Amino acid sequence: MKRSKLRHNVDVASFALDEVKLFLDTHPCDQEALKKYHLFVDMRMNAVEEYEKECGPLLVEHVKSYDYWQWINEPWPWEGDC
Amino acid sequence: MWNYEKRLQYPVKISQPNPAIAQIIITQFGGPDGELAASMRYLSQRYTMPYKECAGLLTDIGTEELAHMEMICAIVYQLTKNLSMEEIKKSGFDKYYVDHTTALWPQAASGTPFTATVFQSKGDVITDLMEDLAAEQKARTTYDNILRLIDDPEICDPIRFLREREIVHYQRFGEALRIAQERLDSKNFYAINPEFDKKCN
Repeated sequence: MKRSKLRHNVDVASFALDEVKLFLDTHPCDQEALKKYHLFVDMRMNAVEEYEKECGPLLVEHVKSYDYWQWINEPWPWEGDC
Repeated sequence: MWNYEKRLQYPVKISQPNPAIAQIIITQFGGPDGELAASMRYLSQRYTMPYKECAGLLTDIGTEELAHMEMICAIVYQLTKNLSMEEIKKSGFDKYYVDHTTALWPQAASGTPFTATVFQSKGDVITDLMEDLAAEQKARTTYDNILRLIDDPEICDPIRFLREREIVHYQRFGEALRIAQERLDSKNFYAINPEFDKKCN
């Protein structure tokens, strides 16, 4: 349960970022959207950090271990488990 | 350069396999209005796109389409998991199974293999953005048709998400076209091709 809550937080922040990123591509001077962009970047960074503490790396460059290649250790997203 | 994130853009969790529906939904993987064609279209067009807003949009939407392709593949994968030989024969999945077992392979619902002939990269801003607008609508229609064929809420939910993204992309491409046209000769949009006549930019 905790795992899926943490993942949900990453999904919500990431999707907000996906949306505002596309909007900014065609509205590069929109101050309000830029403010949101920076807010969502911070939200996502925190959510990713919390998720990775419990569930392993989301991004390949976030693999921390020296004794094992963690990247392959958790289920793949298409398996529908996490 | 792309970074892979070990997650789907929107979750896919289907508990009831259904190989008959999988054969329909696979069309959004390798079919004429599918996500693979969408991604390849935008990522091919962006190199010669002269306006930074439009090139950025093609890059970002082209990237998002790859994530949509992954969601479609996850749906097909989960719909064809743990099948008995009886289920494979009864559902008509046997014709796919004989060539690919339960692996993912880009094809249309008709069985036609993925082909780049379903999209254009024309090298003309107006032509390409018009193609992109049409592509988003064609994909939206396909998702509407899929939604008329299914009733499992676990399948409908991610399909509805993908349908909604087509509408958002259509909106953004419309804005990109407006941005492009504002930079062209308002009396004759076709006086020059800014993707080719570089001096005119």
